[in-house]
Amino acid sequence: MKRSLRQSMSGLHTWSGLLLGWLLFAITLSGTATVFRSEISGWMRPEVTAVAPPAKAIEAAVGWLARAHPKAAGWYLAAPDDRLATVQAVFDDPAAPAGYRDIALDPSTGSPDAMRATLGGEFLYRFHFELQLPYPWGRILASAAAMLMLIALISGIIIHARIFKDVFTLRPGKGKRSWLDAHNVLGVLALPFHLMITATGIVTLLTLTMPWAAMANYGQDLARTFAEQSPGLVSRPAAGTPETLAPIGPMLAEAERRFAGGRIGRVSIANPADANSVVTVANHDGDQLAYRQSTVSFDGGSGRVMGAYAESRPAQQTYAALYGLHMARFAPWVSRWLYFGCGLALAGTIATGLVLWLQARQGAAGPGHMLVARLNIGTIAGLPIAMLALLWGNRLLPFGLAGREGAEVSVFFWAWGAAILFGFLRPVRRAWIELFWVAAAGAALLPFASFALTGRGLWVAILGGDRLFWGFDLMLFALAALFAAIARKIAAHRAPAPRRRRTPAPA
Amino acid sequence: MTVFRPPSAALRQCVGLAARIASASIGGYALAVATAFAVARGLPISRVEAMTTASLLAILAMPAAAIWSFAAPGPRSATAGVFGLTTLFALAAWLLGQPA
Repeated sequence: MKRSLRQSMSGLHTWSGLLLGWLLFAITLSGTATVFRSEISGWMRPEVTAVAPPAKAIEAAVGWLARAHPKAAGWYLAAPDDRLATVQAVFDDPAAPAGYRDIALDPSTGSPDAMRATLGGEFLYRFHFELQLPYPWGRILASAAAMLMLIALISGIIIHARIFKDVFTLRPGKGKRSWLDAHNVLGVLALPFHLMITATGIVTLLTLTMPWAAMANYGQDLARTFAEQSPGLVSRPAAGTPETLAPIGPMLAEAERRFAGGRIGRVSIANPADANSVVTVANHDGDQLAYRQSTVSFDGGSGRVMGAYAESRPAQQTYAALYGLHMARFAPWVSRWLYFGCGLALAGTIATGLVLWLQARQGAAGPGHMLVARLNIGTIAGLPIAMLALLWGNRLLPFGLAGREGAEVSVFFWAWGAAILFGFLRPVRRAWIELFWVAAAGAALLPFASFALTGRGLWVAILGGDRLFWGFDLMLFALAALFAAIARKIAAHRAPAPRRRRTPAPA
Repeated sequence: MTVFRPPSAALRQCVGLAARIASASIGGYALAVATAFAVARGLPISRVEAMTTASLLAILAMPAAAIWSFAAPGPRSATAGVFGLTTLFALAAWLLGQPA
């Protein structure tokens, strides 16, 4: 059995791509949407119109937390910025189903009460690497998927004898050949991005999947590993004696002065009601490429500086820069849109690859073939519908509904499940066309429904300079046009190529 | 009466493919673990820096093992290459020992 390198790599490429292909599509699409996580969060909380300077907003948030959740072991806050007006707060709460809360707080009042309960953009962000599975399984599965994608990308490069020529080759209307061209154009055009985002995605979950280097050098001494990795981190156990926190404003001002032009980013307060409370202020994660911020730590009771740290060790900085490349928090608008566009190209590469697997096996019509055909529909057409359903759920679910944020997530999964079922029940071709029309209608009608329910959006947003809302509306209309174009393209596709007539397609 | 017959070509091919898949997946992760151990202990820099460098380098071990597992001329050389290198790295890490 003698095979050429290209043949064996072709087999590796095909099967590593197919094995978790649907999962990869979901990871890629949710990750691409997460590029605009702040904007999605803002749109999903239309009640929030106040804006406040970061320090004032943190002060308000700390005030509310001290009244509502003084017993928490820690409050972890992210300050508002030019993209998102609310403070994001994470803290432990035994009354919450998950044991902790991850909520947005109003920048002026510090309270979450006047806005609808929603996870906002955090849901798609979490789904991107946790896949709604219990810790750590979702993250491990996402890592495995990323590794398979890296292998598929590298083997894909090897099987390309004419990689640069293929960028300029698209032969439409030629059946399998056209799908292959589309797969190549989308894959090769943004190839550096695909390689970068896949490899750095693995880096973000590295401490979970690769704890071995730590074990090699530290054995089981996790505390020491952590301490040497983050020497700037000041931590001390609770004293057990209560003490009120000193005013946080001066601490934030001192931190900002030390950041020398940098903005306030994350503020964490450990043991907030205890004599040994520690306030740590980090600069904004959008201020630099590396995803490891400079920090200043304070004794919470007195407001006295306990320590400051800025990373300068080469390997740590390399790791943080790779992490930062994936998170794209640094990215200004142009790079942000590039991330979005390249992400869509990657989703398109995966989708065309999945379709291509079928096209290359026209004659075969076994149960495996059928399953791939149906799952392709439910994933590629179904996931956009599920994501739109999440936004519709955000607008339609009643304000005071108990467990409202969870209900929004349920809407997402019910819609996705319905789309998958639809893909199994309808004839293949009809299912593709109908689901993309559903997605197009869902995207096109949402701005109107949203405007009717919130009073924000459409011409009012354009005239009033409500950039978030008119930008979001415009995006939805663009997506509707894209989905409609795909639906029309599939409907117009008559499969007349002589190659395909030899093996009649299964009805 | 049963006659011993050499395994059919199809069976041999099946076993060969299984060996390549095992070499790429199990072998690939094992190689990554051994790489992480050996590099973390072998680099002459501070141990936390060596740890991070080793973890990052270990990422490359898996795709390399996967490519080799399928590019190798036969299943024997595929598994021998991946598991041989793994053993070598593991031995090096064991000889170096955990830094004090």
